[in-house]
Amino acid sequence: MQSPAEIVPHSGGVIGVSWLMIALPLLGAAILLLGGRRTNKWGHFLGVAMSLGAFVVAVLSFMELLGLDPDQRRRGFELFEFIPGMVNLGMLIDPLSISFALLITGVGSLIHIYSVGYMSHDRDRRRFFAYLNLFVAAMLLLVLSDNYVGLFIGWEGVGLASYLLIGFWQHKPSAATAAQKAFIVNRVGDFGLLIGIFTIWTTFGSLAFGDLTHEVTGQASQGTLTAIGLLLLLGACGKSAQLPLQSWLLDAMEGPTPVSALIHAATMVTAGVYLVVRSGAFFEAAPTAQLVVTIVGVATLLAGAIIGCAKDDIKKGLAGSTMSQIGYMMLGAGLGPAGYAFAIGHLITHGFFKANMFLGAGSVMHAMNDEVDMRRYGALFPVMKITAVTFIVGYLAIIGFPLLSGYYTKEGIIETAMHHNAILGWLAVLGAGLTGFYMSRMVFMTFFGKKRWADDAHPHESPAVMTWPLIILAIGSIGLGAFLVLGNRFMTFLSPAVGLPADVPEPHVFGVGPAALATLALVAAGAAFAWFRYGAAQVPALAPRGSFLTTFARRDLYGDALNEALLMRPGQWLTRIAVFFDNRGVDGLVNGLAAGIGGTSGRLRRVQTGYVRSYALSILFGAAAVVGALLYVGNI
Amino acid sequence: MPWLSILMAVPVLGAVGVALLPKGSDKLAKQLALAVSLVVLALTVAMAVQFSPNGNRFQFEEKYAWIPSFGVHYGVAVDGIALVLIALSAILVPIVVLASWHDAEGATRLDLKSEAVPPKRSAKTYFALLLVLEAMMIGVFAATDIFLFYVFFEAMLIPMYFMIGSYGGVQRSYAAVKFLLYSLFGGLLMLVAVIALYVVAEKNTFMFPELVGAIQDPTTQKWLFAGFFIAFAIKAPLWPFHTWLPDAAAQAPAGAAVLLVGVLDKVGTYGMLRFCLELFPDASKFFTPLVIVLSVVGIIYGAIVAIGQTDMKRLIAYTSISHFGFIAMGVFAMTQNAQSGATLYMVNHGFSTGALFLVAGFLIYRRGSAQIADYGGVQSVAPLLAGAFLIAGLSGLSLPGLAPFVSEFMVLIGTYERYAVPAIIGATGVILAAIYILWMYKRTMNGPTAEPVKGFTDLNGREKWVVAPLIAMIVALGFFPKPLLDVINPAVDQTLTNAQVTDKQPVSTVAEKKGAGQ
Repeated sequence: MQSPAEIVPHSGGVIGVSWLMIALPLLGAAILLLGGRRTNKWGHFLGVAMSLGAFVVAVLSFMELLGLDPDQRRRGFELFEFIPGMVNLGMLIDPLSISFALLITGVGSLIHIYSVGYMSHDRDRRRFFAYLNLFVAAMLLLVLSDNYVGLFIGWEGVGLASYLLIGFWQHKPSAATAAQKAFIVNRVGDFGLLIGIFTIWTTFGSLAFGDLTHEVTGQASQGTLTAIGLLLLLGACGKSAQLPLQSWLLDAMEGPTPVSALIHAATMVTAGVYLVVRSGAFFEAAPTAQLVVTIVGVATLLAGAIIGCAKDDIKKGLAGSTMSQIGYMMLGAGLGPAGYAFAIGHLITHGFFKANMFLGAGSVMHAMNDEVDMRRYGALFPVMKITAVTFIVGYLAIIGFPLLSGYYTKEGIIETAMHHNAILGWLAVLGAGLTGFYMSRMVFMTFFGKKRWADDAHPHESPAVMTWPLIILAIGSIGLGAFLVLGNRFMTFLSPAVGLPADVPEPHVFGVGPAALATLALVAAGAAFAWFRYGAAQVPALAPRGSFLTTFARRDLYGDALNEALLMRPGQWLTRIAVFFDNRGVDGLVNGLAAGIGGTSGRLRRVQTGYVRSYALSILFGAAAVVGALLYVGNI
Repeated sequence: MPWLSILMAVPVLGAVGVALLPKGSDKLAKQLALAVSLVVLALTVAMAVQFSPNGNRFQFEEKYAWIPSFGVHYGVAVDGIALVLIALSAILVPIVVLASWHDAEGATRLDLKSEAVPPKRSAKTYFALLLVLEAMMIGVFAATDIFLFYVFFEAMLIPMYFMIGSYGGVQRSYAAVKFLLYSLFGGLLMLVAVIALYVVAEKNTFMFPELVGAIQDPTTQKWLFAGFFIAFAIKAPLWPFHTWLPDAAAQAPAGAAVLLVGVLDKVGTYGMLRFCLELFPDASKFFTPLVIVLSVVGIIYGAIVAIGQTDMKRLIAYTSISHFGFIAMGVFAMTQNAQSGATLYMVNHGFSTGALFLVAGFLIYRRGSAQIADYGGVQSVAPLLAGAFLIAGLSGLSLPGLAPFVSEFMVLIGTYERYAVPAIIGATGVILAAIYILWMYKRTMNGPTAEPVKGFTDLNGREKWVVAPLIAMIVALGFFPKPLLDVINPAVDQTLTNAQVTDKQPVSTVAEKKGAGQ
């Protein structure tokens, strides 16, 4: 077992100006929003340029980091004093944060480029790029901050960008509602994160990651550490759409597809995993909290997979899949240092193959007049080969086809989980089998089988500005996993930031353990079943009624119904009662009293003389209550 | 240089000038009022840069005998807390003048729609009243003589009463009377307490610095505390003294509502911090549990009732009741972070609620209705207006990166240092805030454009000048609260010392470890 390295104060070099990563896209957003219509012509190019600029800074910082000794690779420096005596805003460039920065700016830039084509007919394209830039800036602030307050600013910043982008087509009531729901559900998680931050502050007197080492956290009581862990986890559940705060993600598909790819698949929704890994010093000292993390992960990976099995909307299918894959990452993150590298590794490969598939789905929708129902697709392979091939590469990666990216990272999580707790391990294997089914179903329904197109559909391949990002992402979906996992390359690279487990597992090119074989068998069975149902057989253009289970999955496991019954309805009643009480109760009671005392019967007429009496009484009433309470308290 | 007297004299002279203009020179009156308020702002800036945060607590002191037989003085001076609140007033007034350009004119579109709005008084009177009010707002924060404070505290009501009662909406006289009566009753209680304080202290003075520590008897402290506190609780207003605010704010013209909620109500929370805590430290500690409970109830209650509102201005008023709960909680949490946060909150809330009321005012001017249901899809026709409303709203829900986040965070974390459970309950306010703001935004701005909204014009030049400085302040203070906190912190230190409280800021275990290593 090896603890993370200490953070070294840094100055100079590219890392010294790494804040440019945040500043460039922020500047882009500001120019595009303040510049207004004048920037319409070139706004999208500016957006792309700012994102690419951030990517260049990230790559150069990464190379500078690689040039240092491993135990010197955590570089921190202060930017400015934020709340005097409590917290300064500063940067932390270490293997963990730079991995995220590369993913965010790399995949982010590809999605910016793709969006130039995808949004070319939208009259608000400039605003779209402004929001995308804002998102990139906030997400980088989240991962590059050296303390919990900076992280929280980025955390809610990405929430804002997500809100703006889900509701980008705000004239559609469904989009506006989905955006609002995402923000509010996330705020529930943020509430947990806030209280977690408060507890860290009052317990340890610092909010800087550099101060909160394993040594420091080890001194706190088990109860406090567990509380901190669970509170941070609540925050993570909100942002990463984990149970019980998952309900917003499926609705978030109302946003334009590049948004779903960037924010609701590749980057923002993984922030919860980042938070858990970054807070390893708390979780590793609180086994109960860790156990809850793994349970949440497994529950969500199964729930997401089940939802994915029943969706006919291609984006919602992918959203269920995203939930499920983040469940895997969460499971890995709950396993401590042994799982971190796989969790983050899977996060990165997932960033590639899921963005790949979302953009592929966007390309299909682009070709099919924005149709999202897979029952209206079919036989698209011949008409859009690049989209189809890249999508299938992503598909093979996600189901864990041997030697592709997802195989290595997901298999790593399953193996580690199995090692840790067999029940968790086997449930994760089961999830992999479900993944094999629902992803195969999606591919067969979309690209193979018979045409079920709408009459006015004339599918065609998308322009190069959209297909090139697909190709690049597909390459990542093929090779990135092997590159990261083989030779424990990523685990070693990450170790100064997150530590190393006591027993570093031997990585293998092709595993033959019982778990690996069972996974492969189940995936193959799932794929075969999907072929039988959706490839070989005729797919009805209208969804059949389906069994109770299908309905259960289609209705998102009744998550919304549950929220409505438990929270929304009682909330509405509470609001109504409170408003009634406030309008009639407080004033009305007083008015009634005044009427009674004044000897007038019936309704009190609103005349000026009545006011004086009624307010006098109202105030006296309030004051008497307060004084009475004071005296009562005083007597005890 | 008698800075504070000049700051009060300029707007008073300006008000006289505006009032003396011949009939029909409304435009000139507005321009003159704007010019005067800008001069006050410039003077305030000039004064503020000379303030040394780590110097004496009270600076720019002036003290003259006023009624020598009772030891009443004209005593003014500022500490860091009073300074930032005076600065807030000086920044808001020119913005409000600019925003109120058409509010006082014979008939706005709001009046055209409603049947029975009595004719308004002349526009120049409105702007003269605004300037008088500015002088009094500066005076109430600057007063170091408690009797002088009381005089300003009551006198402030007069211009505001006329601004609501003569320029407000349909039910303006109802709202104005309600406002006046609530405030007068509170003031009366305070007057009794002020006189009792003078008698009991036996110092033959009303000067605040000399009265600190003068009352030792715990029972006396409690009664005097109650007198002051109830007056301040009505002013702020704290739950359950709040029912006058939604009526007053909804009926007042938008500009007056900004000054009412943004500045006048802060006198309540400012008074708690300055007078209740420092003059009656034992009583403050005794009553803390009660005040914290009232504050937390107010946070939640205000937010829930806000969610259920159908009128934009009432909704904003209820959000403020929730926010005043945060401020009072911060004041009585008795920690450095919470009190500095509460003071910063008073400033930030002024900008944030100011922006919300003013943008809502622009909407209401266009549509002639404050009902949320009368809008829909504004974003499609007036994107800038919608954007300004969104930013104002986001600052209202304390989005990080905007000013109110810093203060809310400090209040909550500072309260948590001493009282964890109230802080946790209070923090649920962040969820409720998201609901009331975003729901209002969605219902007014998103969705298909409602028929009467289709003709909306976007923000014009004047309106942009109203919104821009507010948003600039909200964003700048969101990332750089330090300049304000550096001014506020020493004054809060002094407050805590006089309130005989030791801060509960956690000791960094890290520092201990490093210290031990040396």
